[in-house]
Amino acid sequence: MNNSYQIAADHDGKSIWKFLVSEFKPKGKFLTPFNIISIPIMILGLALIVIRFWKGIGSITNLTQDIPWGLWIGFDVVTGVAFAGGAYVLTFMVYILNMRKYHSIVRVTVLNGFLAYVFYAGALLLDLGRPWNVINPIIGNSFGTSSVLFLVAWHFLLYMIAQLIEFSPAIAEWLGARRARKILSAMTIAAVIFGITLSTLHQSGLGALYLMARDKIHPLWYSEFIPIMFFVSSIFAGLSMVIFEGSISHKVFFNQISEKNHQAQHGIIRGLSKICAGAMFAYFFLQMLVFIHGQNWIWINTPMGYWWLLEMVGFVFLPMLLFFVSYRKNNINMIKVAAILTMLGVILNRLNVTVIGFRWDMAIRYIPSWMELVVTLAVIFTEIWIFRWVINRMPVLRDSPSWVSEK
Amino acid sequence: MGLNRRNFFKLLGVTGMTLAVGKNTVASSTNDSGVEFYGVLHDATRCKGCRGCEFDCADAHGFPEPPPSKGLAPIRKTDETCNTVINTYQTSRGEVFIKRQCMHCNEPACAAACLTTAMHKTKMGPVTWDGDKCMGCRYCMVSCPFDSPKFEFHSANPKIQKCDMCFERLKIGEPPACAYNCPNEALLYGKRRDLIREARKRINDNPELYVDHIYGEHEAGGTGWLYISPVPFEELGMPANLQKASYPALTKGFLYSVPSVFVLVPALLLGIQQSTKNNHLKEENEEDE
Repeated sequence: MNNSYQIAADHDGKSIWKFLVSEFKPKGKFLTPFNIISIPIMILGLALIVIRFWKGIGSITNLTQDIPWGLWIGFDVVTGVAFAGGAYVLTFMVYILNMRKYHSIVRVTVLNGFLAYVFYAGALLLDLGRPWNVINPIIGNSFGTSSVLFLVAWHFLLYMIAQLIEFSPAIAEWLGARRARKILSAMTIAAVIFGITLSTLHQSGLGALYLMARDKIHPLWYSEFIPIMFFVSSIFAGLSMVIFEGSISHKVFFNQISEKNHQAQHGIIRGLSKICAGAMFAYFFLQMLVFIHGQNWIWINTPMGYWWLLEMVGFVFLPMLLFFVSYRKNNINMIKVAAILTMLGVILNRLNVTVIGFRWDMAIRYIPSWMELVVTLAVIFTEIWIFRWVINRMPVLRDSPSWVSEK
Repeated sequence: MGLNRRNFFKLLGVTGMTLAVGKNTVASSTNDSGVEFYGVLHDATRCKGCRGCEFDCADAHGFPEPPPSKGLAPIRKTDETCNTVINTYQTSRGEVFIKRQCMHCNEPACAAACLTTAMHKTKMGPVTWDGDKCMGCRYCMVSCPFDSPKFEFHSANPKIQKCDMCFERLKIGEPPACAYNCPNEALLYGKRRDLIREARKRINDNPELYVDHIYGEHEAGGTGWLYISPVPFEELGMPANLQKASYPALTKGFLYSVPSVFVLVPALLLGIQQSTKNNHLKEENEEDE
């Protein structure tokens, strides 16, 4: 298995640059269906980004003075970060609760989370009108400390660093840097604890961003509990993503995964489905509480009310039931269906708060332009490219090189 | 040993760092004590809808000249090329004109939303925008209950545009251009406290002329621009269901929880981690369930 993947350790670090250069070359077949679809979209996306910086945000988006945030914030950032929640949940389970069973999928999940943050925070830059000032809240010449966005910005930055530290032993193993690996893996627990704390606050912080838009968001989606809702739903959003991504990775990167981990996958998915069911029950219960407490039934018999019911019943209650039943029946395929339904539900929920329910009473509704969609897709595809590049080179899915366990 | 020296220092580091960061996130009140905000009182019974203020405003801010009144839509919104509009409403008491612009809240949502303090409530009262700080995130637009900040969507170097109460003029003791030039004295510039007193006096002197409501006295925690009118403000398209508390108050609870989360959660996590350290030993035996 190892002969198709170079490990720098073979070179004893003497020709590290040669090794790096060789690693930057593409590996495997080039004309795969994924490449054929993704490359034109990425090129088109790049062209659109050039237009956006040249002619302004309005040149390729449908944003208006009344709808200042659209798909790039509502989907790329808010939804993307929810899906990246798997990283903090899994590190919590493995490093804090010491559930070793899930250890084999921690690296890939942290990598996924890290890339998600890098790319979705990157997408945020596209949405900034004056991105050259993005450094202002960081370097300290103007701290807007009463802003939720200030908190979220700092947390994004710090959490990316924490995740990079969590993932760094894999990079060290790839480069054959034994001493560095030792130092970096000693930092893992601190990074994990710091990272989980950051995640609790900025997952909920993304919801808290919308607290001041009290009069603009449909009452079925607005409550003072948005931050808690966002936090709780990020747990099962992240884990569903882990299940979904895991089942794809196990097909695409089949030959990288050891026999032992292949067999463990079944139990992992089953365990995750139980946790998802629990978290979704808590979430559903909270939603019902807010619904009754806010006397929101007056809205039920309206189009937005039906839409809300669809989200709650079809994409929260149903997948929750599916997770539970398929956990009991040990049905892995049904768990995957539940995971996909859950993910659709999270997308729906985040878009309902940020886009669909935002200014729901306006005569002219915001519908993202095809160009916003293409840029979003280009961001996602670029992320998958980097993900694939890393997986093919570093010991993420495959076992660490033998020198790691020797000690 | 449960907590050895190494872990203790780790914990110390995490806590210290978070305290340093966490402290900054406490929401700050914008209304310093002893500060007297200035504002403008719009009396809708006096406004004749001449739109002179629109022209003066465009002139003072270097905007294109407003369109002629002929064939103009009666109800418009401000945008990135126009900081104020006079809207015409057919009401139960005939035609009423009302001027719309940034309300210059006492505790502005836009300033609380701004993560770079580009949006700033000055000590005099105007809420101003600083292009050197702004990163164009438009969170101020999302947060403002009056939709006052406008963004130049079609510029590579976009600015946020909104009424700044002619802050440059205020600093040299001149009233805002609109209030200075209003031929009907519909706009009165002064200290907010005096304006409320004056508004109440006008209502008391002519109770049949006015509705007993000073718009902006309490709305959104109080605004710098105040309105009195012959008809209820819903008829004039003013946001009616705004809360009386300030909008930044909505996020205060969340922001205040940040420092405690930063202290308590890491300690809790470390505690759990220490107590579950040896769990894997028994886990080997009980697979599934």
